[in-house]
Amino acid sequence: MSELTRETLTINMGPQHPSTHGVLRLVLELSGETIVSCKPVIGYLHTGIEKEMETRTYHQNIALTDRIEYLASYFEEMAYCLAVEKLLGLEVPRRAQYIRVILCELNRIASHLVWLGTSALDLNASSVMMYAFAHREEYQEMSEIVSGQRMMPGYFRIGGVQWDLPEEFFPRVRKFIDELPRRLDEYEALLTDNPIWRDRHIGISSLSREQALAYGVTGPVLRASGVNWDLRKAIPYSSYEDFTFEVPVGANGDAFDRYTVRMAEMRESGRILRQALDGLPEGPYITSDRKVALPPRPELVRSMEAVIHQFKLVSEGIHPPKGEVYAAVESPRGEKGYFIVSDGSNKPVRVRVRAPSFSNLAALPVMVQGEMLADVVVAIASIDIVLGDVDR
Amino acid sequence: MTAALEPVQEFLAERLGDDALAASVDRGEATVLIAPSRVVDALAAVKAAPWDFAVLIDLTAWDRHPIEPRLEVVYNLLSWSRRQRLRVRARVDSRDAVLPTATGVYAAADWFERELWDLFGIRFDGHPNLTRILMPDDWEGHPLRRDFALGDEPVEFQGHIPKRPSDIIPHVPARRKDR
Amino acid sequence: MAGVEETDLQRNVLTTTVDRMLAWARRSSVWPAQFGLACCAIEMISTAAARFDIARFGSEVMRASPRQADLMIVAGRVSQKMAPVLRHIHDQMLEPKWVIAMGDCASCGGVYNNYALVQGVDKIVPVDVYIAGCPPRPEALLYGIIKLQEKIDEQGRQGTRTA
Repeated sequence: MSELTRETLTINMGPQHPSTHGVLRLVLELSGETIVSCKPVIGYLHTGIEKEMETRTYHQNIALTDRIEYLASYFEEMAYCLAVEKLLGLEVPRRAQYIRVILCELNRIASHLVWLGTSALDLNASSVMMYAFAHREEYQEMSEIVSGQRMMPGYFRIGGVQWDLPEEFFPRVRKFIDELPRRLDEYEALLTDNPIWRDRHIGISSLSREQALAYGVTGPVLRASGVNWDLRKAIPYSSYEDFTFEVPVGANGDAFDRYTVRMAEMRESGRILRQALDGLPEGPYITSDRKVALPPRPELVRSMEAVIHQFKLVSEGIHPPKGEVYAAVESPRGEKGYFIVSDGSNKPVRVRVRAPSFSNLAALPVMVQGEMLADVVVAIASIDIVLGDVDR
Repeated sequence: MTAALEPVQEFLAERLGDDALAASVDRGEATVLIAPSRVVDALAAVKAAPWDFAVLIDLTAWDRHPIEPRLEVVYNLLSWSRRQRLRVRARVDSRDAVLPTATGVYAAADWFERELWDLFGIRFDGHPNLTRILMPDDWEGHPLRRDFALGDEPVEFQGHIPKRPSDIIPHVPARRKDR
Repeated sequence: MAGVEETDLQRNVLTTTVDRMLAWARRSSVWPAQFGLACCAIEMISTAAARFDIARFGSEVMRASPRQADLMIVAGRVSQKMAPVLRHIHDQMLEPKWVIAMGDCASCGGVYNNYALVQGVDKIVPVDVYIAGCPPRPEALLYGIIKLQEKIDEQGRQGTRTA
């Protein structure tokens, strides 16, 4: 008998598995049903985006950033544009900053809804998944009104945004945030006091403050571990200092805390949205620097200079000065940062994407060590990785 | 930020002597350049109190082709208590790219260093499991080096010109495994 | 059969070939493998969710095991590392099986053309329907599934795929 208990079993989970939220592969060593060790194998979605970006101009790269963390495209664009703007030393008009905040916070709610739906589906609560995805459709329609695309908006530009928010966007977003608290109450009524949900989440895949620190974990996973760290508060960008909101923080760092933190974050995003809509300043939506942003259409028929600027921007793009910068935003998964090195030409020498999912996933082996096999599913769902972000 | 950098710079110069090569503040971002052999000492020094750069947010590199030492490794540190970032850099030669591992100081360095080995071919001495992380295990080459071609395939669209990673480098087709 | 009118027979009995009947059965319940790769997978989930409701076309049963699936929707970019795995999963699916390349990346590489990606999943597995878009809208995926159903019908009529 002692011979038998000492033996461990190694099993493979993924890369095609319904609960790995993408093409993640885990090699799990089990003793009975208890996990002895867990080795994530990643790279099944490695797209070479960082290399691809070195061959394209700064504006073209915006299209690629969308496709990295595809559930939070606005955050990718935001971080990238902030980095290039820092490189150029460019001031973004306040209206553009507010528009960016509005879309990012909408995107945060939508991204958390996908997390809510898929993690509920993993535990077979499929009605929550249906509600969450139907709710998310409203965000996608708004995104389509604003940018023309449901998922890959490409709406932010270096120095501002592509065009002003259309009129029909405002009533919809008002309706969305008016309904938000009631809908979140509905989801919480389905889950928070549900005994199965509680049993599967409380005390599962805990991460202590020290472990989170050591692995560079960020975002809701970090805040669930009791650390009050949110870039929007700590190192504000894009006018976040104008808004009052709370940073929800957990206590135990388990899967249930991550759930409560994300649910609270959605409510806070609703608050920020309301403030940003109420205080939306008048003014230009993109910088008037003609070396960076395209001249407005009517100017092209009147001014030769505008035509030249247009031609230079379209054919060559911008030439940021030499240097290296790092800009980060608080994405739904944590710190999303862009490290860009410029040599003064129209293409970056290096674009490094600091992926929150990558660091958060690196802490997964610590979280599931000594837990049951069935709880791995909950652990993966609760850190909410996007494989496009992990592998880039 | 400048005021905050000077003490770090002085502290590192005092601690490492000539191995603290340079320091600068550019666009509000503080960076220090350290000799490759001493980079882990520098990390351990700024991680401790009073500097408290306790989080390794990012570890990456970039290729300065063709200037040797070509590969510049960048440790992007963050301090929660000071709300500041610090970039520690070290330059290594591309033909013999070796650095001591930082896994003893930051657990997060584990995956980052594997990624750097995979994409840049920088070896980290003392790393517990330095294997490829993103590319397949039997892949050859280190794709993010500037002299590694983009490896794009010709397509049927008119006017397609295969892209080169850099105009200074002649275009060589990427090695891909036969299947 | 006494007492049965000829009109009753016409109303209640129809004649067909076995091939066509099989094709009708197959195309009415095409079960996709639950196999998402990247961005397009999110739109695939949206298609399966309440608003678009793929169940209207008999394809709501997403099977986690390839052995229970008829259709592989390749939703997203296929990397060099994923390619052998994808081929393996396709091999595990039982005949008859169909493949939809959903989105530009799966169809032709999309916006990417570099060392890491396979330029179109048709280099690894035979593709029946290509859907353009980055990512395609759920309506586009539904249209692709309808096209596939027409194709299965046609195969039944011509008897080209009888396995």
